[in-house]
Amino acid sequence: MPPARLRILKTSKLFIGGKFPRAESGRVLTAVDFLTGAHLAHYGQASIKDLRDAVAAARSAQRAWAAAAPSLRGQILYRAAEMIEGRMASLAAVISTTTGVTAAAAEAEVAACADRLVHFAGWADKISAVFGSVNQVATSHFNFTVPEPTGVVAVLAPDRPSALGLIGAVAPVLVAGNTVVVVASDAFPLAAMELAEAFATSDLPAGVVNILTGKRAELVGTMASHLDINAVVDASDDPTHRTTLRLGVAGNLKRVHFRDATREAGTDILDTVEMKTVWHPVSW
Amino acid sequence: MKPRAASALASASAPALSGRRVAVDQTGLEERARYFQTRSLKHEAKREGLRLAVSMMDLTTLEGADTPGKVAAVCQKAMHPMADRYDCPAVAAVCVYPSLVSTARRCLAGSGVRVASVATGFPSGQFPLALRLEDVRRAVGDGADEIDMVINRGAFLAGEFRRVFDEIGLVRERCGAACLKVILETGELGSFGSVRQASDLALQAGADFIKTSTGKVTPAATLPVTLVMLGAIRDHHEATGRMAGMKPAGGLRTSREALAYLVAVNETLGEAWLTPQWFRFGASSLLTDVTWQLAKCHDGVYQSADYFSLP
Repeated sequence: MPPARLRILKTSKLFIGGKFPRAESGRVLTAVDFLTGAHLAHYGQASIKDLRDAVAAARSAQRAWAAAAPSLRGQILYRAAEMIEGRMASLAAVISTTTGVTAAAAEAEVAACADRLVHFAGWADKISAVFGSVNQVATSHFNFTVPEPTGVVAVLAPDRPSALGLIGAVAPVLVAGNTVVVVASDAFPLAAMELAEAFATSDLPAGVVNILTGKRAELVGTMASHLDINAVVDASDDPTHRTTLRLGVAGNLKRVHFRDATREAGTDILDTVEMKTVWHPVSW
Repeated sequence: MKPRAASALASASAPALSGRRVAVDQTGLEERARYFQTRSLKHEAKREGLRLAVSMMDLTTLEGADTPGKVAAVCQKAMHPMADRYDCPAVAAVCVYPSLVSTARRCLAGSGVRVASVATGFPSGQFPLALRLEDVRRAVGDGADEIDMVINRGAFLAGEFRRVFDEIGLVRERCGAACLKVILETGELGSFGSVRQASDLALQAGADFIKTSTGKVTPAATLPVTLVMLGAIRDHHEATGRMAGMKPAGGLRTSREALAYLVAVNETLGEAWLTPQWFRFGASSLLTDVTWQLAKCHDGVYQSADYFSLP
């Protein structure tokens, strides 16, 4: 009889610039089965240096992502939804073992992730038509307003739902042409790294989405102070993080938005765009 | 072959001309270079290292599209790399094409920042000797304090060492009081052995500095190649008592690399070389990264390009 096969267990790492590097500090944390407490996997504990690297990756990807045709951004997000749909089984298994929800609820969450991405993919080529405007002015100017991406956006994902919360917080940011650095749930980070694998195999350019796992509290202060992060979307619903962020951005005036990431609202796109108004002289 | 003995012999009378080569241990060299890059300088040591790196910088602009306006902007940045509260020194020199030397001279007047000019048919060096020498004469006449010449790589690779040696000597004469930096363009020399040979040759021909690259060829400055050249400078100093400077140039972008070079210089040549008189960085975008890091040290927060002048 052949010997029993040794299972190959996954050690999840970070997702930075399209690659899966180990945490710079070499630290790892342990994820456990929600119900039994059994060891599931090790995952990387990001430090502020990993955050710095992720911001650098997001910055270098931002210009090209913003310059891509809106329809292309939409297609790429749709493609990411396809990848998530294709990973239904493994994602649902991770969600249900780590967060303790039923298999059916986990599958419904994965389906909602894919649907949410498809919803926002559809927004890509409608943002400037819906939120922009042509303005009536008293002088002889053609005056119009267009939304432009804010830049590099840091996102704090909530603990529950661990996958949909991340997608819900990230999708409205991405579609407008921002690049993101996400810090996944403290309690249930494995689903986020499954999503990272889906993103890595979609057509999202490297650096557009970067995902860190670890302890949010170590990173929130730097998120607030880092001058190359242009905005923060906090969906963690944690009063301590909220205070840290509010105090931290007092010196640099970056935008901070606190959001319930489970809702699906196109107007969330407005949180991370800047309205540019152009006065174009015309002569009659 | 014993490297020391060989180079001592070489310096007796144009020894490199004999084609005698000092063996270079490539594996050991790369391992040593790797080791320098594993060190991490922190806090006050990092801040001092970064300040030193700025003071050793030859801020360079060598584009076909250079205008007097661009050179004026570079000169301004050279004199005042950062706001006063960061306590950042001025750079060592501004390096430009010969036609822009007088502009740079005017912009830098009274600042203590020196004007360096590339010359001798930069970057190829493939021009008649008379033209290359005229290039040097005019750059010096226009007020260049330092001349960065390129060696005739075609001649070197063809084995015409005597010719390369003589040409460097002629340029040395035309420089007068100006400091002569000899660019070996190591990316085109093919091997560490050739780099060492070209270094010995340039040092014996009277170079004040030896410099890795023009910045127009890849690979440009690397730490292993710099170590070979530092070794040549050390041996030359031991044999003749004459100090010479080192200038890695091209491809240097990050503070981390710059600090690794400083460590390498200190460990190979010693502290006496850790001054702008004997060590320079040839770079354009490196200054931006160093100023970011200095600002990070000072303010304690990660910086953004939005708050820094363009390179």
